[in-house]
Amino acid sequence: MNTRGRDTRRLWRSLRAAKWPMLALLVLMVVAVVAAFGPWLAPFDPARQSIGSRLAEPMADVQGVTHWLGSDVLGRDVLSRLLYGARISLLVGLAAIAVGGVIGIVAGLLAGYFGGWVDDVTMRLADMQLAFPFILLAIMFLVVLGPGVGNLILVLGIGQWVTYARIVRAETLSLREKEFVEAARALGDSTGSILFRTILPNIVAPLTVIASFNVASVILTEASLSFLGLGVPPSVPTWGSMLAESRDTLLANKWWLAVFPGLAIMLTVLSFNILGDWLRDVLDPRLRDR
Amino acid sequence: MGVLVAHRLLQSVVVVLGVTLISFIALHAGGDPTYLFVSERATAEEIALVRQALGFDRPLPVQYLSFVADLARGDFGTSLSYRQPAIDIVLGAFPATIELAVFAFVIAIALAIPLGVVAALNRGTAVDGSITILGLLGQSIPNFWMGIMMILFFGLHLRWFPISGHVPFLLPLLNGDLATAFGNLPRTIYFLVMPGVAVATYSLARNTRLVRSSMLEVLGQDYVRTARAKGLAEHVVVVHHALRNAWLPVVTMIGLEFGFLLGGVVVTETVFSYPGIGRLLFNAINQRDIPLVQAGVILLAANFILLNTVVDLVYARLDPRVTLARRR
Repeated sequence: MNTRGRDTRRLWRSLRAAKWPMLALLVLMVVAVVAAFGPWLAPFDPARQSIGSRLAEPMADVQGVTHWLGSDVLGRDVLSRLLYGARISLLVGLAAIAVGGVIGIVAGLLAGYFGGWVDDVTMRLADMQLAFPFILLAIMFLVVLGPGVGNLILVLGIGQWVTYARIVRAETLSLREKEFVEAARALGDSTGSILFRTILPNIVAPLTVIASFNVASVILTEASLSFLGLGVPPSVPTWGSMLAESRDTLLANKWWLAVFPGLAIMLTVLSFNILGDWLRDVLDPRLRDR
Repeated sequence: MGVLVAHRLLQSVVVVLGVTLISFIALHAGGDPTYLFVSERATAEEIALVRQALGFDRPLPVQYLSFVADLARGDFGTSLSYRQPAIDIVLGAFPATIELAVFAFVIAIALAIPLGVVAALNRGTAVDGSITILGLLGQSIPNFWMGIMMILFFGLHLRWFPISGHVPFLLPLLNGDLATAFGNLPRTIYFLVMPGVAVATYSLARNTRLVRSSMLEVLGQDYVRTARAKGLAEHVVVVHHALRNAWLPVVTMIGLEFGFLLGGVVVTETVFSYPGIGRLLFNAINQRDIPLVQAGVILLAANFILLNTVVDLVYARLDPRVTLARRR
C-alpha cells in the first residue's frame, strides 16, 4: 500500500511538470464530466426534432432559438447530441477495454504460469487473431449479430484481449521464477491467490500503459464501425454515428455536422495517446518505442 | 532458408483456415443463419426450403467442412443483392482497392522516412517537436474523418480535387490495354490524391515515429561514432551507416501497415464513393448481403496474410540472424 501511495505521488509530481500530458488529462476530465452529466448540461433534448429549425447554422438565431453548434437534418441540436454521444463513446471504449482486459489478463496469467499446452493454445489463438485486420473480424460478427451497444462492446473487447494476454504472459513468465512467488508457493498459497494477489499487482504498470493506448484505438474503431452502420442503433447518438449521418448533407456543405463530432473524437483520442506516451515513459521505460 | 519458407507457408495456411473458421462461427453467432438469407415475410415452408438448399440443416462439422471445400473451389456463394457469384463481384472491385492501398502505402513510406530522419537528426529541437506532435495528431484522427475534412476544404471550398470517383489504371493494364492504362494514369493519380492521403494519415504518422526512434537508436551506436570519427561526411554516415541499419524494424512494420491500410480503405472508400471493396462491403452490410460480406472479408484477410508471409520472408533475407535464431 505504502509503495503504491509513493508511486501515485511520484506520478503526480511528474505530471505537473509535463505540459502536454497535463493538458491531455484536463481534456479527458472535461470529457468524463460531460459523459457523466451530459443530460443536465445539454441545452436541448438530443432526440427532439424540430422542422422549423432544420440544418440551422452554428450560432444562427432561428425563431428565437440558438443552436450553438447548429442543428441537423431533423432539427436536432448538434451540441446536445455531442454531449450525449460522449457518454456512449466513452462507455463503449471503457467497457470494451474491461472485457478485453479481463479475458487477456486471465489468459496471459494462465499461459505464462502453466506454460505447456495452455500456453501453446493461447498464443496460437492470439497469433491467428493478429494475422488479419481486426476491423474485418468485427464486420463479420456485427453484420450477423446486428447493431447494439452490447454487441459492440463484446466484439471490440474480443478485439483487444490479445494485447493484454501477450504482455501479461511475458511478465508472468519472468515473475514466476522470482523469490517472492517461490515464497508464496512455499507458504502454500493457492494458485489463484498466487496469480491474482502475488503476480498481477506487479504487472499493473505496463497494463495501465497499454490500456490508455487501447482506449484511443477502441474509440477510433467504434467510430469506424458506427460510420459503417454497424455500431449502435441509429437513434442513439454517438460521435461515429453523427459522422455517418453527416455524409448525406456533406455535398450541401453543411460542414458543422461533420466537423464537431470529428473534433470531439480527435481531441479525446489525442489526449489518450499523449497520456499513454507519457505514462509509458514514466512507468515503464522498457516499453518505449514499441 | 527452404525450411523457413516451408514453415512460414504452412503457418499461413493454418491462419487462413482459422479465418474461415472464424467467419463460419460469425455466420452462426446469431443462431440459425437461414434467417439471414430469407426476406422477413418468408413463410415457414419457404424458410425450410432455403435451409435445406443452403445445407443449414446438416450437423455443424459437416457444414464447416463443406464450407471450406466450397471456398477452396472459389465458391463463396451467391450474392443476395446481385444474384451473381459473390467472388466475381469482389474480384471486380479488387483492382480499384489495390490502387488506393498502394498509393496510400507509397505516401506513408515516402514521406515517413525523410520526416523521421529529419526529426531524429534534430532531436529535441522545435523541428523534432513539431514532427512528433504532428505524428501524435495523425494517429488520433479517424481516417474517414480526415477524408470528410479534405472533401469540405480541398474539394468543395478550394475545388482543387474531385470529391469522388475513380479512373481505372490496373484494370486496363491487366487486360493488356497498355495505351489506355498509361493514358489514364495521370487522371488515376489525380483522383487518388484525396482518398490516398486520408487512408495514409495514420500509417504515415506511425511510420514517422518508428523511423525516428529507430534512427535515434542506431545513431547512438559505436559504429556510427566510428564513422563520424573517421571524418566521413554527415550524409554518408546518415544514409550508409545509420539508415541502413535502422531499416529492419521499419520493414516489419511496413508489412503490418499494409494490412492496416487495407482495413482503413474499407471505411474511407465509402466517404469518397470510391468503387472498391470497401464501398462494396459497405453496401453489402447495409443490404445484409451475407455471402458478399463474407467473400469480401475473407479475400481481404487472405491478402493480408499473404502479404505478411512475403514480408516475413523478405525480412529473413535482409537479416541473416532470423534464420540463425530459428535453427538454434
